[in-house]
Amino acid sequence: MPEIAQPFRFGSNAGQPVTRRDGIAKVTGAAAFAADTAPAGLLHALCAPAAIARGRVTHLDIARAESHPGVVRVLTPANRPFLEGDPAEKPTMFSFRIEVLQDDSVRYAGQPIAMVLAETPEAAAEGVRLLNPQYAAETPRVTLDEEAAYPVEPGGFGRPAATLHGDIEAAHGAATRALDVTYTTAPQYHNAMETHAVVAEWTGDRLHLALPSQALAMSCAAYAWFFGIPVENVTLSSPYLGGGFGSKAIPTGPQVLAILAARVLGRPVKLMLPRAQMFGPTGHRGATRQRLRLGIDDDFALTALDHDSLSETSSFDDFHEPAANASQGLYAAQALRSTHRGVRLDVGTPGPMRAPGEASGSAALECAMDEMAEQAGLDPLAFRLLNYAETEPGTGRPYSSKALRDCYRLGAERFGWAHRPLTPRQMRDAEGMLVGWGMGTALFPAPMFQAQARATLNPDGTALVETAAADMGQGAWTALAQIAADALGLPLEKVTFHSGHSSLPDGGVAGGSGHTATAGGALHAAGTDVIRQLAEIATADPASPLHGAGNARVAARDGQLFLVDDETRAEAFEAILARHGGQSLTGGGSAARPPEDAQRHAMSSHGAVFAEVKVDPELCQVRVTRLVGAFAAGRIINPRLADSQLYGGMIWGIGMALHEEAHHDPRTGRVLNADLAGYHVPVNADVTGLEVLTVHEEDPHVNILGIKGVGEIGVTGTVGAIGNAIWHATGKRIRRFPIRIEDLLAE
Amino acid sequence: MSLSITLTLNGVTRAIAFEDARVTLLDLLRDRLDLPGTKKGCDRGQCGACTVLVNGRRTTACLTLAATLEGAEVTTIEGLAPEGTLHPVQQAFIDNDAFQCGYCTPGQIMSAVGLIAEGRAGTDPERIREGMSGNICRCAAYHGITLAVQQATRSMVHPDTAAKTGDAA
Ligand code: FES
Ligand code: FES
Repeated sequence: MPEIAQPFRFGSNAGQPVTRRDGIAKVTGAAAFAADTAPAGLLHALCAPAAIARGRVTHLDIARAESHPGVVRVLTPANRPFLEGDPAEKPTMFSFRIEVLQDDSVRYAGQPIAMVLAETPEAAAEGVRLLNPQYAAETPRVTLDEEAAYPVEPGGFGRPAATLHGDIEAAHGAATRALDVTYTTAPQYHNAMETHAVVAEWTGDRLHLALPSQALAMSCAAYAWFFGIPVENVTLSSPYLGGGFGSKAIPTGPQVLAILAARVLGRPVKLMLPRAQMFGPTGHRGATRQRLRLGIDDDFALTALDHDSLSETSSFDDFHEPAANASQGLYAAQALRSTHRGVRLDVGTPGPMRAPGEASGSAALECAMDEMAEQAGLDPLAFRLLNYAETEPGTGRPYSSKALRDCYRLGAERFGWAHRPLTPRQMRDAEGMLVGWGMGTALFPAPMFQAQARATLNPDGTALVETAAADMGQGAWTALAQIAADALGLPLEKVTFHSGHSSLPDGGVAGGSGHTATAGGALHAAGTDVIRQLAEIATADPASPLHGAGNARVAARDGQLFLVDDETRAEAFEAILARHGGQSLTGGGSAARPPEDAQRHAMSSHGAVFAEVKVDPELCQVRVTRLVGAFAAGRIINPRLADSQLYGGMIWGIGMALHEEAHHDPRTGRVLNADLAGYHVPVNADVTGLEVLTVHEEDPHVNILGIKGVGEIGVTGTVGAIGNAIWHATGKRIRRFPIRIEDLLAE
Repeated sequence: MSLSITLTLNGVTRAIAFEDARVTLLDLLRDRLDLPGTKKGCDRGQCGACTVLVNGRRTTACLTLAATLEGAEVTTIEGLAPEGTLHPVQQAFIDNDAFQCGYCTPGQIMSAVGLIAEGRAGTDPERIREGMSGNICRCAAYHGITLAVQQATRSMVHPDTAAKTGDAA
């Protein structure tokens, strides 16, 4: 059997900054998001949200709502139809307990307490208003101080295990210089621009869903479980997601209720959550309070790094922001500990939000490192270099690759870091603004999940590649097609890529920055399988120039098969297939990381972020005026799209550092700023002087494609860099994110 | 209640009947006229996803009651360029990767068209950022958006430099 040259390094497609394949659809309005679909006979659903965070609903004016013209049905706990799946159970590893009107209790503000189905959105809205709910309210618990903390019980997703290497107490006690600081981060909400939506339609016991999903196959399994039907009876269409950021991998109560309504009413139902209802049932990044204890010896080497994170979860389920994990793999501390503690509050269950754990944890860690450097009288970058981890701290495992030094160097050069005065309040601009420079290290793990793919080579030399991947803006449609085209040895325009529909092979989860590596790995395997079959045909075919090539290495490029050692022996795909009955060839592939690979190496993306802020000395208004990020994330499939991901992540860092915070009313427990006017996210005017640099890494260990992922790392490093720059400008250490004007005004 | 208005929508003048005085322009477009290109991000005038041009001015369709639009001229993303062609702003958005998920994009593009017509920003990145700040992009494609508006402005004002991409923003 001919051996296929492996890995295909990488012809014409991967590495090219091609524009998005779905670009025209997105700029013309033709891209149909879930709520843009409208089957005939559609009903509009709207949830009534709880206005209290804890207690019971005692009354709903159902008759009044149902008498409003256009209102068809009101679902409440009293008449809620049977649901096969128990909402107190979890169908998949990426799901939470949900609220689907199982009783009259209220567990958080914004929880659905009824659902109105109506002929028009206007009638649904009026119906919800007329319900006029009455409550028996109890005092809500909405801050980290309101309940006793407990150690987080390890258990996978959202339940990080504690780690310990060395004698942390002895090391901290014996340190030449020691630091003990506490940082807090605020509750944040994903707020993808497209709110959670579903258009649900039943034919008999078959369910058709238009629903934005970051995990198509897993979502189908979950919905099949909820409705007691075989998974093959569920089809889910999710060609476009209007952002996800972690919030659209997980089934939510309102979506399940809308599907249930469609079944009981025998009509298609559309639900599109109002923005305010994105602050409750759809997950969020829980608040944290993190204590960091650092110790260094006479040579400024970290002897102790102890990171404890207290975070909120809901009263009925567990997702703890795994913030202390951020300290696990970054600096060469001799003794290293991470612990997580939890508090149960009357809030919706938190969930993974872009760089879960690393975002909050890195914010605190990078500021603590800056404080330690300050105490030691060292430049913050020099201090980090002194504590550079050559192997994974604690375990000593080698890194699969780690070009962090290059990131530090490149970023610092581009930024002009060498000119930074050591002490704060040294720089002013022409307008008298205080200028400060800060930096932070960026880190995000490079996980892989599981995915499958199919590739079909057509007799005309074109190909179809298929996997149910999710493009929520990362550019999966484009980057994955590039990978597939390379595996098939075809120019990109000859490859049709089908994705975003559950009838296709399982593309896995778009999360953890692992989607390109995983779904891409599966496509690569599928394409390679096709080429292997084609090579078998050609080398066995006396009419082919490749005939009898035996074990000589065969490769595919530009629609031709050729011998690696003698490129004159080549033949076009079409010609090979034409002599073979003109049939198409189909291959399959899958990808997952073998456990022994995961054991052998530590695998992470790294980066360095440098920030300049200007602070008005009187008003204390803060502007980020420059942000330079240098990142090493393995092989970059599409630099244009990767840069956009990194920019986006860094801008999320600006939001976390300066803007984003949900405020709870202590009386009702409601989020007071549950809209886009009060919950501030960065706008265009907040973003200036941004620069992204990437450092190429050849990583033979991380996966066959050498990809680490770029979706989340940009948030990490950035938050701390901005906090440190604010200190450098003002001399004030604000240990609370977001940093507000009033914090800087206070003495 | 039945209402009727005469509207010039994407260049076509038509009488439009609808049943409810509460209907916003956004819901009229999306739910009744089968023009879902205009997006809903907040329904409260806070995000800009629903931006359309009403009589040439950028307008949040979610805050505009359909019944107030008698005689108005409305342009949505679907009507920005003739079928099969792209408006310079649309092309510039592709060239500069000025979007990721694409959900805010119709609103961003309509807003950019309005901003360029207003003529107050030119190619000055600071003014473009300010002028585009009514349109939230949670994917944070702002860097590319600013470059795209620069490129489009240049190509519309000086068509000879049409192919040139924007300055560093
Ligand atoms: S939907 Fe109109 S401004 Fe947000
Ligand atoms: S491109 Fe996703 S919100 Fe702007």
